[in-house]
Amino acid sequence: MSSPDTVEKTKSSATAPRQRRLTIARALNEAIHQEMTADASVVVLGEDLAKIGGVWSTTGGLLDAFGADRVRDTPISESGFIGAAVGMAAVGLRPIVELMFVDFFGVCMNAISSLAAKQRFFSGGQVKCPMVLMTSVGGGYSDGGQHSQCLYATFGHLPGLKVVIPSNAYDAKGMLRSAIRDDDPVVFMFHKGVHGLGWLGTVPRAATHVPEEEYYVPLGKAAVAREGTDLTFVGLGLTVHHAIDAANVLQKEGVSCEVIDLRSIAPLDRDTIRASVRKTGRLIAVDDDYMSYGVSGEVIASVCEDAGIALKATPRRLCFPDIPIPFSPALEPGLLPNGERLAALAREVLSEKRT
Amino acid sequence: MQSNATPIGNRHHRLWMYQAMVQSRELETRIKTIYFEGKLPVFNMAKGPIPGEMHLSVGQEPCAVGVCAHLRPSDFVTATHRPHHVAIAKGVNLRAMAAEIFGKETGLSHGLGGHMHLFDASVNFSCSGIIGEGIAPAVGAAVAMKIQGRDDIAVSFMGEGATNQGQFHEALNLASLWKAPVVFIIEDNAYGISVSKAESTSVASNADRAAAYGMPGVFVPGNDPDAIYEAAGEAVARARAGGGPTLIELETHRLEGHFVGDTVEYRPPAELESLATLDPITLFRARLEADGHDGAELNAIEAEAISLADDAIAFARNSEYPAAREAFAHVFA
Ligand SMILES: Cc1ncc(C[n+]2csc(CCOP(=O)(O)OP(=O)(O)O)c2C)c(N)n1
Repeated sequence: MSSPDTVEKTKSSATAPRQRRLTIARALNEAIHQEMTADASVVVLGEDLAKIGGVWSTTGGLLDAFGADRVRDTPISESGFIGAAVGMAAVGLRPIVELMFVDFFGVCMNAISSLAAKQRFFSGGQVKCPMVLMTSVGGGYSDGGQHSQCLYATFGHLPGLKVVIPSNAYDAKGMLRSAIRDDDPVVFMFHKGVHGLGWLGTVPRAATHVPEEEYYVPLGKAAVAREGTDLTFVGLGLTVHHAIDAANVLQKEGVSCEVIDLRSIAPLDRDTIRASVRKTGRLIAVDDDYMSYGVSGEVIASVCEDAGIALKATPRRLCFPDIPIPFSPALEPGLLPNGERLAALAREVLSEKRT
Repeated sequence: MQSNATPIGNRHHRLWMYQAMVQSRELETRIKTIYFEGKLPVFNMAKGPIPGEMHLSVGQEPCAVGVCAHLRPSDFVTATHRPHHVAIAKGVNLRAMAAEIFGKETGLSHGLGGHMHLFDASVNFSCSGIIGEGIAPAVGAAVAMKIQGRDDIAVSFMGEGATNQGQFHEALNLASLWKAPVVFIIEDNAYGISVSKAESTSVASNADRAAAYGMPGVFVPGNDPDAIYEAAGEAVARARAGGGPTLIELETHRLEGHFVGDTVEYRPPAELESLATLDPITLFRARLEADGHDGAELNAIEAEAISLADDAIAFARNSEYPAAREAFAHVFA
């Protein structure tokens, strides 16, 4: 997928840039390299980041390039090193911290929810917390219920944190560069299903052209990943691709679907969602996180709260159900959203007779 | 390897330890081979009869058997993301364990848990994929059993990496404060994924940390089942007699990567070469023979382990997958 920014950028450049297709993993790695080169206050810390370059290949080569002072492997002491990152940020560094799986954040939640998220507010704006917390999300490969969650809403619910999830490599690089430059704590989630590591499998569409030169994708702004007139799909990360898959199928059936890529759930770009549904009159939110109290509910509420939107059908959602993620390869795939299930739900929505 | 095995007497204990070690190795050898089925030529973790991550305990078997030789089914054990050797030594049903690892209906948890979340309530065994997560529950179980007037104890297994978790320190303080009948077992294989103990831990020996919580700290070098058996025996007896917790640090060796598929590039080549000479099963067999154990008897133990492993794997392979509704049936009581 190429985001609108990609298209603009490619068109507006006087000299057409060399086309490089990068995976999200490679794009993130390049973003960190470039920001560390540009700003000596950017440091990286976390488990298995320095010597092996991160289990998600996000930090390869950084140790050689920037040294052990700025790129450090930590003990398995998340409360300690994430709390420490808040302290680093308070005195002028810009730490990038990776904790492999979002599922592990329980052990250090206080450092995030009570420290990082509240520094600025409690200090009345005196103390900033410019840090990036990177982590992987998502399942679908039978890694069991402690290694497969998304937990988008868990973090989106906490005021003071920005929470972003790219769906493609172009956005990933631009968003990470923006996140590193942001003066607030940003939870930067990357979905394993689009990340681009061979051993995990990936949606090929997520690897896109990524310019080498400096560019930034703003945080907090959704993208129209595909334009359409009959129905709006709203997704994030991997589910954007499910929505595009569904839209491709439905197109052959004469239905025009718009796909909104949220990119950020905090802040949530309600305007872009509303503008789309105002046009299409139909909404399906798709989320691979647990359903209740989640992003999908927030998206639907954002539309329903706008009296100016005339709905042609009841808004619907396709999410992971409210159960822990089962290990068995016979169970998990049937519970996760995919393009087919989304297309089927869309057909229901399209055939609804509103009374 | 029988489930609920309670070994009796030292000669029996040594043979039992040998059997349980071989049993674990035989099962894991098969798991490793099967793990690659369907995943190649381009390695894809989602594919094959055993998808997801896989952490093998190859080389660490002495830690499990030396400790569990002293335990009863009613004693409470928490293990880690690397659980197979401990599960087997604790007497977890081998067939149901294998089936769980395959995600089958006949598995310990109907395929809901998988390899990092093996639960067998019949022998009070559980494990977890979150580092440090099992330490405090072991303290709680130990205190509960004390309150209930039982002389059962709890044992928490952890890697040396887990000792840098806040949980570890909080739980040890609680255990000592409440004189909980619990034994903490650190399997020090020198690495937490790619990060060595020297690069992650401020003290050379985790046994020294026991002093901070007013409990005995014991270091056992050599990955030696007999030595582990002896140290664990003292700690277990102390716990049962109301003498409170003990911290035991075991030197051990992870002969495989952190997970299956790990290229282990972070380990120095010389260190990797020396691993071949450190197989504790080969070494223990030689010791048993030197001590007069009959080679034929040891062969018979191996043959039994092989046939039980084959049986468990065949059972797992031939079992059905759970029905979709199974996942919804176990969220709430
Ligand atoms: C809270 C938490 N942080 C990080 C991880 C990722 N992780 C899984 S295993 C592991 C290394 C554990 O090392 P150690 O405790 O020494 O056990 P070993 O793997 O050597 O048996 C790490 C960092 C995790 N599972 N949970």
